[in-house]
Amino acid sequence: MHSAKVDFYDRDIVSMRDLTRKDIEYLMDLAETMIPYARGDRVNHSLKGKILGNLFFEPSTRTRFSFESAAHRLGIDVIDVSQISETSIAKGETFADTIRMVDAYCDVIALRHHHEGAARLAANVSENPVINAGDGAGSHPTQTLLDLFTMKRSKGLIDGLNVVIVGDLKYGRTVHFLADALTMFGAKLTFVSPESLQMPRDIVDDIRKKGYDPYQTSNLNEVIDEADVLYVTRIQKERFPDPSEYKKISSIYRINNQNLREAKSDLIIMHPLPRIDEIALEIDRTPHAKYFEQAFNGIPMRMALLYSILGGEM
Amino acid sequence: MEDIKIAPIRNGTVIDHIKKGQALNVLKILGINENTVGPTITLAMHVHTKKDPSGWKDIVKMEDKELNFRTADKISLIAPNATIAIIRDYYVAKKYTVRIGDHIKGLVNCSNPNCITNVGEPVEPEFDIVSHDPPVLRCTYCERYTTNISENLL
Repeated sequence: MHSAKVDFYDRDIVSMRDLTRKDIEYLMDLAETMIPYARGDRVNHSLKGKILGNLFFEPSTRTRFSFESAAHRLGIDVIDVSQISETSIAKGETFADTIRMVDAYCDVIALRHHHEGAARLAANVSENPVINAGDGAGSHPTQTLLDLFTMKRSKGLIDGLNVVIVGDLKYGRTVHFLADALTMFGAKLTFVSPESLQMPRDIVDDIRKKGYDPYQTSNLNEVIDEADVLYVTRIQKERFPDPSEYKKISSIYRINNQNLREAKSDLIIMHPLPRIDEIALEIDRTPHAKYFEQAFNGIPMRMALLYSILGGEM
Repeated sequence: MEDIKIAPIRNGTVIDHIKKGQALNVLKILGINENTVGPTITLAMHVHTKKDPSGWKDIVKMEDKELNFRTADKISLIAPNATIAIIRDYYVAKKYTVRIGDHIKGLVNCSNPNCITNVGEPVEPEFDIVSHDPPVLRCTYCERYTTNISENLL
């Protein structure tokens, strides 16, 4: 490992705002060492006897399964809830009380919730550490961490990368946190979106305050040739009152071999998934496609978090 | 000499150097409305001043009532440079500039309806103050910005 050791023992992971560059570098290096364990090529059950409370009050496939898989790879048992109707919240119990109860049954909580700020509240009332697995349209720090980890694994380093983020930049808060985190590493940012789905001004202002000036455009072709990373997000149908407008916009930003003609040969394409039709299937067979690897990287990154928070040993 | 636009008060509180146009929101914070039966309130809006770069300020005077610190904290959110003078028998007994720290609790609701602090959980809203003037608050829980303070006062 290259980065300085950071003590994550017993620490909550609620927001990217709580993490420094040093913290993120430490987690990325630790995640790298977790890869053979994440693939099952090596075994480390040093956290046997620990219990993860996987509380998913909202549907999720990747995040929930990857937390569960990460826990099993480290020997951690998992108890889980996947619907509010399974909990006493359905009987009128407050969320805060539910967390206090679950806190008594496990050693760490991973929480997905439909209200923004739920993870911060859970961290405040819980004795054991809480990892935010996405709260409403709010923070989703483990996604941001695995996105950064994917860039670092593919490109060697994040500093100076030309990262083009394309799609719905207005409502997709994951990209707000990703853009913010990328400035910590000195990446060059370009935002591509239809005018109605541009990155909110306060996010752009925050980035500018840090001394960066992201380029904003609605024309992907104008910037594709310079991109090192193309981060694609889904444009949601429900954002457009007129279905024909949605069809028009989504086809403009659809990534296929034709609009990658000018792209660098080592361009990587990422997507938080699920994709609908933002990326043509023909791209899957190209070396540009990194989105399935990105989904896999969620496991070593979440292993790194569980391992460092619960005090695992190599 | 500046014209006296509001008569001096014998006892009570003078809130001066309120940002232009915010006097009505100060009344809201003081709980003054059509149902209030209480102290006499006088206010002046758009009074000339050299102290504010805009050249204008508002003033509120409240007779026979001394302001408490919690209310002063709320006023500081919408009028960051206001001064508060406690008047006793026509003399200024105490005068201070409203001052609020970098973090507040329980004064304002988060403007995000989907924030966990707005859905009946036993939790007081908390904010980091990103900017005092103009006031910008960031919710400790959902991290969204609240700028329309007067509409979200608790």
